[in-house]
Amino acid sequence: MRVLMFGWEFPPHITGGLGTACYGLVKGLAKNNVDVLFVVPKAYGDEDASAVKIVNASDIEVNLQSISIEEFWKKVSFLNIASNLIPYVSPEEFKEIESKNTLDKVDIRQTIFKTKYEFTGKYGHDLLEEVSRYALIAQEIACTNNFDVIHAHDWLTYPAGIAAKVASGKPLIIHVHATEFDRSGENINQSVFDIERQGMLAADKIITVSNYTQNIVVNRYGIDSSKVFTVHNAVDFDLENYEHKRWEKSVPEKVVTFLGRITFQKGPEYFVEAANIVLQRYKNVRFVMAGSGDMLNRMVDRVAKLGISDKFHFTGFLKGDDVDKMFMKSDVYVMPSVSEPFGISPLEAMRASVPVIISKQSGVSEVLKHAVKVDFWDIDAMADAIYGLLCYDGLSTMFRDLGKQEVLALKWEDAAKKINNIYHSVNN
Amino acid sequence: MKTICFYFQVHQPYRLRRYRFFDIAENHDYFDDYLNKSIIRKVAEKCYLPTNKLLLDLINESDGKFRISYSISGTAIDQFEMYAPDVLESFKRLAETGCVEFLSETYSHSLSSLRSLPEFTRQIELHRKKIQQHFNQTPTVFRNTELIYSDNIGNDIANMGFKGMLSEGAKHILGWKSPNFVYNNAINPKLKLLLKNFTLSDDIAFRFSNQAWGEWPLTTEKFVHWLNSIDEGDEIVNLFMDYETFGEHQWEETGIFDFMRNLPKRVFSNSNFEFLTPSQAIEKHQPVAKMHVQYPISWADEERDLTAWLGNNLQDEAFNKLYSLLDKMNFVIDQNLLRDWKYLQTSDHFYYMCTKWFSDGDVHKYFNPYDSPYDAFINYMNVLSDFMMRVDKYLEEQKIDVRNYSSSEISQMIAYYQRKIDEFNSLLKSKNDVKPDLIRQNIPRKTKAKQRQEKYVE
Repeated sequence: MRVLMFGWEFPPHITGGLGTACYGLVKGLAKNNVDVLFVVPKAYGDEDASAVKIVNASDIEVNLQSISIEEFWKKVSFLNIASNLIPYVSPEEFKEIESKNTLDKVDIRQTIFKTKYEFTGKYGHDLLEEVSRYALIAQEIACTNNFDVIHAHDWLTYPAGIAAKVASGKPLIIHVHATEFDRSGENINQSVFDIERQGMLAADKIITVSNYTQNIVVNRYGIDSSKVFTVHNAVDFDLENYEHKRWEKSVPEKVVTFLGRITFQKGPEYFVEAANIVLQRYKNVRFVMAGSGDMLNRMVDRVAKLGISDKFHFTGFLKGDDVDKMFMKSDVYVMPSVSEPFGISPLEAMRASVPVIISKQSGVSEVLKHAVKVDFWDIDAMADAIYGLLCYDGLSTMFRDLGKQEVLALKWEDAAKKINNIYHSVNN
Repeated sequence: MKTICFYFQVHQPYRLRRYRFFDIAENHDYFDDYLNKSIIRKVAEKCYLPTNKLLLDLINESDGKFRISYSISGTAIDQFEMYAPDVLESFKRLAETGCVEFLSETYSHSLSSLRSLPEFTRQIELHRKKIQQHFNQTPTVFRNTELIYSDNIGNDIANMGFKGMLSEGAKHILGWKSPNFVYNNAINPKLKLLLKNFTLSDDIAFRFSNQAWGEWPLTTEKFVHWLNSIDEGDEIVNLFMDYETFGEHQWEETGIFDFMRNLPKRVFSNSNFEFLTPSQAIEKHQPVAKMHVQYPISWADEERDLTAWLGNNLQDEAFNKLYSLLDKMNFVIDQNLLRDWKYLQTSDHFYYMCTKWFSDGDVHKYFNPYDSPYDAFINYMNVLSDFMMRVDKYLEEQKIDVRNYSSSEISQMIAYYQRKIDEFNSLLKSKNDVKPDLIRQNIPRKTKAKQRQEKYVE
């Protein structure tokens, strides 16, 4: 089995959970004897050189490089396309970022499925244009490589997946990690929705990361439920490396943490309000909001207004070790997401033996038993749960021990097995 | 004769380093030494040293008829001591001429006048000592941080024994009245007020190099002409500005130094003005009226109010949290804590959190080491949180000492230490007979733990 896979980011350069998920999945597939050709738009160009070998691929037009990862998965090649696709950025934001860097404006109304793309020599300044350019290159790759199945992760890569399918006639599987409804609530971006729906219609099978997401795909996009399958995400924890890391708590108080992008989707404001309720009654605690996003400033302002800023801290965006450090310094982790297709960060918290509170509106709540589940809007219940985990040692000890066992039993290898079965089902 | 009164503000805050949540309770080093040092050195080379030299020359050339005044904040002096002793020396040379007056202000250039009279008084006292130590003067005229003034603040200052105070000639306060007279405080008329002539001051401080300004280029001839064209009855023109105007805000290339070099000569030859320091000016001129200022004013921005430092959620929260420590700080005598307490009160920290970026945004941005006011707030609150923890811990430790011992234990300790004192006294007596080196060897070295063990054995 050989798979042509389209992603949009890869560790160590990740801005959200998707890169980590792809990494885990690809490793899991390798254990199931699946070859993967992994394509990512070049966003950074400085992937860890100790783990990957960079080779110039002269057989593909435009600026394209093939990188093979030697260590774990010799079977996986890593293709790198020069492009400025920025993950987890909406088209509007992308335009803003790009327009800062350049004065020349290109007509942004490019057809996404144009068969001929006329390169101007400059790269696009519009996310949708980037997506269509990515699709064009996907077509090239599909013509010059051998594979059995195409696998595309999230909307930015759907046009690429479709193009590859058209070029090669091979079956397409799309993997829905998040939908436009998760990112934007009800005020969706119509172009993104359209791309998503076209991807879903063109796909032979659809993999969703949770039943929660499956429902959205079926109900909001009107997709036939018989071709949609749920494969829950997993986590592969490198325990050997992990056990070396030890950060002692530094502040004497208990620490309650929110960690994620500070955006509408993640429900940061519910965390702030719950923190305020807890602080009215219980002083021996500090709250930390780690991450950054378009709602950060509003949260800072709200915390100041509530007058709790001596007990409520912001860290900004955390990278690498700082994430683990943050978890290890925490006593409770809260994920109050308004809409979360899966949500991998509670699992990371549980690995660090931190009890978690998660919203019922998250995919991860379908797989976890040992976590407190509340509605994202129910700040009283959230405050209650925080207070309980802080004050009643019996409760937190139980969550800590059982949660860690539970999370270590989730394996990408198992998830990859299910996905491999889906590959085989479309290949026959 | 009419009066020109020059006052220059010299201030540098201790800027904070990037202090993250992870630093709380682990690292108590708040200040960006490298940044502070490099800024002090840069401003010293571009402004302080050349301007001090120029003004010293002008004083000498004019036989002491050219007179000026400074207000140098305690945080600036502390940094001169650390990074720019040459600057401090040159200010001392100026002080020695007798033509330079040093004004009083709060040690940390703080907003304490708005919150706590005892803290306000304490900081003024600290600053007075610093000025006496370096410049051998005792200030008699006060100027508050950013010329913040209200009737009540003026009254507090009068009660502390000051004869005069500097303030802004804010249009919304003065109305039709002219800033070119001496006024007095509405509550305590003994306190005389000198008001900044913001038009003529800002012509130098802000507009000097602005080529879009209709009056550019500003020459000494033109400026003296303007001085001469003030109303017949006007008595005094107060030119108050940041000292960094010279060489830093207005670069040397703009001709600002040449302007100053020629100004006194021109004033002496072509006008009916003399230069006086603030205390000389209030001595000479009688107040013409009371100035009523119910709500505090300042010299900042178009509004001349406090909104550059206080008013938005971030600033109010940080300010309230900082001054919630007032009661606790009364019990603190630890030098490190007291130093940080001073430096954290500096008004600049609140200035960085200002969100009104639009009209006066340029000025704000110029002085701001942070990307955004939110960034400034987050960083400041992380530092403040750590500081609050240290204060609590310190006070807790103080308490434990007293609480942990019963009265019998305390009398035991007294007896024990009494014996020790006797022992040391006899050792001291024999000191004259024994060589110093031997004494050191004779004293038994004991840790505190050992001493306590002994105590219980006895």
